[in-house]
Parts: sequence; structure tokens; C-alpha cells
Amino acid sequence: MKQEHPAIDVRDLTVAYREKPVLWDVDLQVPSGVLLAIVGPNGAGKTTFIKAVLGLVHAAAGSVLIHGEAYSAKRKRVAYVPQRGSVDWDFPTSVLDVVMMGLYGQLGWLRRPGKTEKEKALRALAEVGMEELADRQISQLSGGQQQRVFLARALVQQAEVYFMDEPFQGVDATTEKAIVDLLRNLREDGKTVVVVHHDLQTVPEYFDQVMLLNVRRIASGLVEEVFTEENLRTTYGGRVAFVSAVAARKES
Amino acid sequence: MELLQDMFTDYTLRTVAMGAALLGITAGSLGGFALLRRQSLLGDAISHAALPGIALAFLLTGSKAPLVLVTGAALAGWLGATLISSLTRMTRIKYDSALGIMLSVFFGFGLVLLTYIQKRPDANQAGLESYLFGQAAALVQQDVFVILGIGLLVMLLTLVFWKEFKLVSFDPDFAATIGMPVRWVDHLLTGLFVVAIVIGLQTVGVVLMSAMIIAPAAAARQWTDKLGSMIGIAALFGAVSGVGGAVISSRNANLPTGPTIVLFVSLIVFASLMLAPNRGLVFRRIREWKAGKNLRVDAVLVDLYTLASQHTSQEYPHSERVLNVMSSMSGTARRTLNLLSTLELARQIDQNQWALTPTGVERAERVIKERFGTEGTL
Repeated sequence: MKQEHPAIDVRDLTVAYREKPVLWDVDLQVPSGVLLAIVGPNGAGKTTFIKAVLGLVHAAAGSVLIHGEAYSAKRKRVAYVPQRGSVDWDFPTSVLDVVMMGLYGQLGWLRRPGKTEKEKALRALAEVGMEELADRQISQLSGGQQQRVFLARALVQQAEVYFMDEPFQGVDATTEKAIVDLLRNLREDGKTVVVVHHDLQTVPEYFDQVMLLNVRRIASGLVEEVFTEENLRTTYGGRVAFVSAVAARKES
Repeated sequence: MELLQDMFTDYTLRTVAMGAALLGITAGSLGGFALLRRQSLLGDAISHAALPGIALAFLLTGSKAPLVLVTGAALAGWLGATLISSLTRMTRIKYDSALGIMLSVFFGFGLVLLTYIQKRPDANQAGLESYLFGQAAALVQQDVFVILGIGLLVMLLTLVFWKEFKLVSFDPDFAATIGMPVRWVDHLLTGLFVVAIVIGLQTVGVVLMSAMIIAPAAAARQWTDKLGSMIGIAALFGAVSGVGGAVISSRNANLPTGPTIVLFVSLIVFASLMLAPNRGLVFRRIREWKAGKNLRVDAVLVDLYTLASQHTSQEYPHSERVLNVMSSMSGTARRTLNLLSTLELARQIDQNQWALTPTGVERAERVIKERFGTEGTL
């Protein structure tokens, strides 16, 4: 029975900032085991979409179901990777400590992370190639390493559904490859991953599905079907030359 | 020795020092979280906002019992903090402006009330104005017990909710996604913050209390990269300044205790900014100077090496003038050359002719490989 529900089922999601709509009536269904990219111009509401799904931003209307149940009931099966610039990396703590934060929800009140949590966190760090930096202060990390720490923190949650906000933003080649491998592993394990992505050129290579977003949902579905020049033009409006270049590259 | 004896026998000094130390511990440890949440100035707003609470508590009850006044202060401080966050959420006013508005509105209102109270034909009112700058000498044992009780409560709650406080301070959005009641934790932290501030008003006063929150934490941050140690060190700095300020002002009858405590903690902040091993300015300058010296040595070494590779022998001498021209740090080659000869990396052939030594050649080749990724060609 459970298999009939999509992993993520968002309906009529609307978010307004003062009187101005930031997201308008967005629907999105994502089946299990799919990597989906959200693309759109700056200010299109990509981050707001993720935050509204996760209840971090107040939605004026809409519903979110995860595997057929309300998000609030399935919270523990959902992991979030925020933009790396959203925190102060000069916070006095270590890499291992940040990854263990992913387990605080499962620990509940009063219990402190112990040996088991430490082992889980080290395993998650190994998955992103960072186990040797476990004891390092987070202020000493490069941008790519910061991103991988955030990914490890989400991995340690052992979730079914992942929301990642711009994980590829400004990372080095090593990190980019680590993230791509990680996404493929997650897909193999039947997990569902939604990624806010800014690099149109890599969409067909990295992702199965795509949602084109600009306040409204312009299109969503398989990359081969909806990642078309026409849809991109509608999404990005005036920046035609840029879009054509991407489309040309895609065809070649 | 005499001082030590006084600590045990002099009732006033002992009471004041104990009270100030406990206050320093409580304010210092909570200040750590305030600093990390970029809410340092919230402490200032809360303590100023507490003033009308003190005045109103007196007007309503007619009592000057510290517990009564502190309760009034806490309620007003809490109201101020809540209004600041609602003002930021519901209007376009930014956080810093909201802080400034609430601070001055509440403080102004408090001063008006205080003046009104002083003009009343009531002998009982004398001494309320001491809450402005604090009057530590007036502390009695009972006050110390109140501070101790509240301090213990604050510390217990901090330990119990350690990981919640930590995560909500570091990444509140993420905390919300794993089901942590962020609003609730936020209220608890602000509440503890208010309590820690109002118990200090009697000793340090409304105007300077925020220093007891910010300063120990800012100093502690310099010495460690671990949250636990930072909070611990902040508490220690708070305690030391409390005792230090109390002792100094007891030795000099003309020094007020509260401001002396604040000056003492400022001294700790200054010393920490300068002398802390990793973040301190002094050691950072030394590290930068050493790195700069190494860079200059390497640059001249590579220059010498490049010159020598134009000739058949690495011993081939070159004049200082040529090196000065090659060096991007023109005019400084002489000093660096002298340094090279002390390090036995180069030697002076005659008046101003210089050549690499075998160790110098080795190091130059290593530098070229590391910096340029190519092999030397000598």
C-alpha cells in the first residue's frame, strides 16, 4: 500500500512575504528513489520552497505529505541540508560535533551523545571523505569541506527524504564529485533527494527529474521531457542567450 | 595575608565578594550563549528595560525588599525582550533599531518614575536610585543566598539543556527540522538571560550590567575553540572579576564596587585580545612576522638560485645590487642576505658578492618545487 504514495507530495503551496507572493500554488510529486533538481532564477523562491515544505517559513496555503503522511508526523524521516552560508562557521565546535547534531532529534531530551553516536557520525564523515578531519575546528574548513560536514550531518539522520539547498554552490572539484557519488548512493538505496541547483549544464548529468520554478511551477518531471529550451525560456525570462547556450550544449 | 584574613573575617567584604563572584559565574556562562547568538546587546536592552520594573514594583508594594524589586525588574526586562523580538518580526524595523528603541523608551520611563518617587514626601524611598550604578556594599547575606539559588538554577538548566542550547545557537533552522521546539528553547534562554541580569542589578547596576554578560564571554572566546571550555572560562573570568573588583574597592573607600568590577573584567578582555595564543593580536603579529621573514628568505634564495642556474657553478657569486633589482621587496635584500648567512644558506664572497651554500641550494630547490611545482634547473 505504502508504495502507492509518492515520497514527496506537495500541493498548492503558497507563500507570501507581506502582500507579495513568493511562491504561488506550487504542486510537486516526487516518487521514491529519484534525484530531483529545482532550478530557476534568483528570487524564484527555490530556497523558500524547501523552507516552506519543512515548516521553517509560514505557508499561506498548501499541504505537504511525506510517504502519504503529514510532514510533522514524518519529520524524523526527512533530512535538511541548509545553505552553508546560513551559519557562523566561527562557532566554537568540531567537525564531529556538528555531525552528531544530526542525531539530537533521535536522542530526545536529557540524553547526551555517547559512543554509539560518535561511531555513527564517524561513519557518515567517512562517506563524504572527511573522517580524518573529525577533530578539526569548523572555523578551519574550506568551503567544500563545510558543505561535506553539512551533508554528513544529514546522512547520520538515516532519513528517507533529503532536501539540500545549493550543495554545489562554490565547492571545489573534489567536493563536487563527492556530492555526486553521494547522491547516486542515496538513489541506489531508494532514497529521495530534492536539490536546489544553480548550474543548468549539469542538470541532465546529475539528476533524474527537474522542477523549473519561478514563483509558479513552470514545469516538472523527467529531465528528458521537461528540461527544454522553451521551458527554460519561460522560467528565466529575458536571459535568452544564456538559455540557448545551455540548450545547444544539451543537444550536442 | 591581611587581605586573606579579611576575606574570612570582614563580613561586608566576604558578602560582597561572594555575591559578585556568583554573579560573575552566572552572567559569564549565559553570556557565552548570548555572544554566539549575536545577542550581546540584548543584555544591555534587558538591563535598561528593568529600571521601570524596579520603580513600579516599589510604587505598587511600597517595599524595598530586593526580592520584590528584582521580580519587578525581571518582568519588565522580559517584557522588553519580548517586545524587541515582536517588533522585529511584525514590522520592518531591524533588530538593532528595535534594541535601541526599547532600551531608551524603557530606561526613560524608568528615570521618570524614579524622579517621581524621589519627589514624594516619603522617607522610605531613599536608595532606589542606587540600582542605576549598583551598590554592592549594601549586599547582605540574604541577597547572596538569592543570587546563589538563582545561579544554581541557571547552571542546572544550562547543563540539562546543553545540546538544545548549543544547536539552537549554532543552527536554529536545522534544529527546527529535527523536531526541536526552537521557540520554546529560545524563550527559555531569554528567560535565563533576564534572570541572570536582574540578580546583578543591585550589585553592578542597570547601566553597566550588560558588561558582566558580554565581557567574560568575549574574553573566553579568545582562549578556546570548544563551547564547553568557553562557557567554563567565561564563568571563571566572571568570578575572578567579581572578587577582584570587590577586593580592590574595599581597599579604596573611594572606588564604587560595580564599576570597579566592570573595569576589572575589561582588563581581562584587553589582556585576552592581546595575549591569547591562537586568536590574540600579539601572537598573530609574531606569526605573520615570521611568515613574512620566511617568504623574504625564500624569495632571495630563489633569486640566487635562478642567477646561479645561468652559470655553470652554484658557487657563482652575484652582487647585492642585482638581487635588489630582482627582489620584489627592493632595498631589503641586504638584511635578508645577512639572515641567509646566519642560517648558513648563503655566504658572502667579498664586499658585496654573494653565493649559495650547498644547504642553500637544497632549500631553494625544495621551495621551487613547493611553490612553483617545477624542478630546479641547476
